[in-house]
Amino acid sequence: MRIELTKRPQHSVLFSALSPFIALALTMIAGGLLFAALGKNPFDALYYYFIDPLRETWSLHELAIKAAPLILIAVGLAVCFSSNNWNIGAEGQFVAGAVVGSIPPVLFPDFQMFLVLPLMLILGVAGGAAYGAIPAFLKVRFNTNEILTSLMLVYVAQLFNDWLVRGPWRNPEGFSFPGTVRFHEYAILPQIWPDSGRAHWGFIFALVAAVAAWFMMSKTLKGFEVKVLGQSPRAGRFAGFSSSRMVFFAFLVSGGLAGLAGISEVAGPIEHLNEKISIGYGFTAIIVAFLGRLNPLGIVAAGLVLALTYLGGEAAQISLGVSDKAARVFQGMLLFFVLATDTLIHYRIKLAMRSHASGGA
Amino acid sequence: MKKTLVTLMASAAIATMAVGAAKADTKACFIYVGPIGDFGWSYQHDQGRLAVEKELGVETAYLESVPEGADSERALERFARSGCDIIFTTSFGYMDATNKVAGKFKDVKFEHATGYKREHPNVSTYSSKFYEGRYVQGQIAAKLSTTGVAGYIASFPIPEVVRGINSFILGAQSINPDFKLKVVWVNTWFDPGKEADAAKALIDQGVDIITQHTDSTAPMQVAAERGIKAFGQASDMIQFGKETQLTSIIDDWAPYYVERVKAVMDGTWEQQDVWHGMDHGSVAMAPYTNMPDDVKALAEATQAKITAKEFEPFTGPITKQDGSEWLKEGEQADIGTLLGMNFYVMGVDDTLPQ
Amino acid sequence: MGTLEAILLTIATAATPLLIAAIGELVVERSGVLNLGVEGLMVMGAVAGFGMAYLSGSAWVGVICAIIAGALFSLLFAFLVLTLVTNQVATGLALTLLGLGVSGMIGEAFIGLPGIRLEAISIPILSDIPLVGKLLFGQDPIFYISIVLTIVVMWFLFRTRAGLTLRAVGDSHGSAHALGISVMTVRYLAIMFGGACAGLAGAFLSLVYTPQWVENMTAGRGWIALALVVFASWRPLRVLAGAYLFGAITIVQLHIQAISLAELEFLPGVIFWLASLVKSIPSQFLSALPYLATVIVLVLISRNRRLTMMNTPASLGKPFVPSR
Repeated sequence: MRIELTKRPQHSVLFSALSPFIALALTMIAGGLLFAALGKNPFDALYYYFIDPLRETWSLHELAIKAAPLILIAVGLAVCFSSNNWNIGAEGQFVAGAVVGSIPPVLFPDFQMFLVLPLMLILGVAGGAAYGAIPAFLKVRFNTNEILTSLMLVYVAQLFNDWLVRGPWRNPEGFSFPGTVRFHEYAILPQIWPDSGRAHWGFIFALVAAVAAWFMMSKTLKGFEVKVLGQSPRAGRFAGFSSSRMVFFAFLVSGGLAGLAGISEVAGPIEHLNEKISIGYGFTAIIVAFLGRLNPLGIVAAGLVLALTYLGGEAAQISLGVSDKAARVFQGMLLFFVLATDTLIHYRIKLAMRSHASGGA
Repeated sequence: MKKTLVTLMASAAIATMAVGAAKADTKACFIYVGPIGDFGWSYQHDQGRLAVEKELGVETAYLESVPEGADSERALERFARSGCDIIFTTSFGYMDATNKVAGKFKDVKFEHATGYKREHPNVSTYSSKFYEGRYVQGQIAAKLSTTGVAGYIASFPIPEVVRGINSFILGAQSINPDFKLKVVWVNTWFDPGKEADAAKALIDQGVDIITQHTDSTAPMQVAAERGIKAFGQASDMIQFGKETQLTSIIDDWAPYYVERVKAVMDGTWEQQDVWHGMDHGSVAMAPYTNMPDDVKALAEATQAKITAKEFEPFTGPITKQDGSEWLKEGEQADIGTLLGMNFYVMGVDDTLPQ
Repeated sequence: MGTLEAILLTIATAATPLLIAAIGELVVERSGVLNLGVEGLMVMGAVAGFGMAYLSGSAWVGVICAIIAGALFSLLFAFLVLTLVTNQVATGLALTLLGLGVSGMIGEAFIGLPGIRLEAISIPILSDIPLVGKLLFGQDPIFYISIVLTIVVMWFLFRTRAGLTLRAVGDSHGSAHALGISVMTVRYLAIMFGGACAGLAGAFLSLVYTPQWVENMTAGRGWIALALVVFASWRPLRVLAGAYLFGAITIVQLHIQAISLAELEFLPGVIFWLASLVKSIPSQFLSALPYLATVIVLVLISRNRRLTMMNTPASLGKPFVPSR
């Protein structure tokens, strides 16, 4: 038996709408089987994963905190990936944004006024964008593969940050432990609704970025340019678009948003810069971008779903003793199923009973 | 291994049944920075948790691999809301989160390992004087080494690690004043490959004893392959070097955890800041193996003196690496300097990363 | 054993897993598929190798099971990207995620157990030759496999008909298909070969490098292997050189840290001054060196557009749907 694909003349509207739900259902089934194999009640496990974290207000705030950097970074990556540029190093740009954005409260602690926070955010965006511009420059100027350079630069950024917070930027009153001074009050990103939980403005930035990116991609010439160059560089060149400029655009946008996510995380819940800020948001955001099918609005939903698996993973760990590895397996499966069901949008799938002479596996 | 685990779990279950009825409402919770399977730091804390279950029969819960950023505050809040009466936060990076959540949940007791902030009356801090064990190791190393140089695989230049290095060299110099120590910083707590590479590099440069302040058993294995001796870290690593391990500093958190959970059950819990060592059983030494009897006797004697509080490793005269005097004859280091230690003493063959 | 010889030996050990995984990925990419899941495949190989060696008591059983595990796990990737034509970058990342999670779950049973070491081969007399004796004639078997593998892949790609077919598929799947070559079959086989190699590289980690199992024990080596393939501009010999260069930088920076200036005082003034300068560099920067070096070499190599284009599989990463 083999599977044959036929390209649909137009992508299927039905499956565009259905495929995320099919994927979710398949993940639930596979996840249920996984939990059953681990000797846990699958319904309990799925309840703790997907329902329990949504029952209380504080937990919804936590969801927003966890989702904010994922959405911010993923929105930028969606633009970048749509233009057929592969920025895998958002994690490094996240760190760069956090470091550069932290300059005002760390180096000028006496400069305390309402301007500090906006300045930090701008510096954060600039830092991330500048760091993202390195692989872009190398790609345009030297034809270097951006997947690998952006990835290598992640480690460099992490180690640089590590050196900073253990060396020149270390809090002198911190008993030689790594980490800068605690930011002063003007350098802290306010909470949206402090009475009910600690979600901060980073989540608002994420929503604004998503809507802005959606508008750009679907309503403006720039968005058209991104997509044309992404699908067919040759056609794009005929249309008079520059693919070199597009490389920079893609990396500046994705780097800048990753930088904003970095400084929002540091000025938001963490309140100082330390060596542990980099916990893989930049990589997880790649999954979010694809879960949201590179659509900025889809990414908002995808970011929330993925954040939910983290929170749910903890709930399941406490209540059922499910290992934290299960959460990662779960995320991997979800992405696999989303990718697989997306095939339905563009292709008709037919099962042929008799193998062709040159069969697949 | 597996069998002991099963027995442990079974006995825990029986204990729960026996004691649980009377004090079923106390719940002790733990968050770990690494996986409980790291066989090092987090593993040992989890051994402490299992001891609490077994000895007190209370309910426990844990979260492993919790990053020390925004996530830790959420994890703690979830614990506090899920009915935990006492929460152990077992890594330095949880310090701010612990204090923030403690401010919100006044009825829950918080115990933060290795930190220094106690902003609310329901926060205690605790740590162990692992450096006491390093001193004993230094003495053993100086007795056994033929090259007069030991190798030290270090993780990150935080005071805890620097104290260990200094204590080791002081112990070694008490036997052989010319003893040297080579240090390699690997910038990770846990990367078996990199730790193995570091061990090989040190051995290739002539050290014949390896000690480590990273968590994997890889350096022990390398030492075994190359036929030299090594010290274990955090847990007893004898299975990884039956003819290699001299001893190992074991982080034994069980006595403290049992004591503190019991205090909550009895209603006698109070805020404190403790830094226990061998005297409280927090720092244990794995059996002294693969050494002549006289060295073993020396090590045991030093351990006994430290345990009886007759001796403190950081007692003068001690000179700093730059040649300046730190402690005068008979003077003991003050706790503040020890907690924030950021300099080497004389004899360390390395520049401390600043 | 002299110091230099010992250093060379350590470098060879550090380079071997990178070389094996990168050679496998090279074949995959030559067939026109980009598999970013090497890290996940490697870690699956590591856990399968350790586990089966432990259960069977034989390191060789472990090695073989790791190879099979890598190949089978890569089949999942192959099914998605080839049969269902999913995005290769995203699918590869998902494979890594899944591999790290699954291996962690399987591996929970093996934590804290001493592993079984795959014994080194020692050819009597020859391994006693100074400097290179132990390096060439006294290594563990996988080291020899890695070298043989490199040569075989080189011969296969550029000297055999099947190799030519594989490269044709990678350069233009459309034309290859028109010529009656089954693009699917070639790519399925290439991906499984890559998976098998990654599995073997993983087994090297858990059975030779550090005979034990710990979560995430690949620690990013799969990503380095990926970088090496591009670094080598898809040429097997350059992969070999790159892996050893990377291994050398990793090991030498540890040696720089370990050596004391007092031991270098015999050196002439300028060199001594340089050495002390290098030693004053913070260790974080030394740790970053291999990554920076990779970027720099990537730049140097890809600067020559024509040369790169000549070797780059033109269909790399592009989806292929057979039309009839």
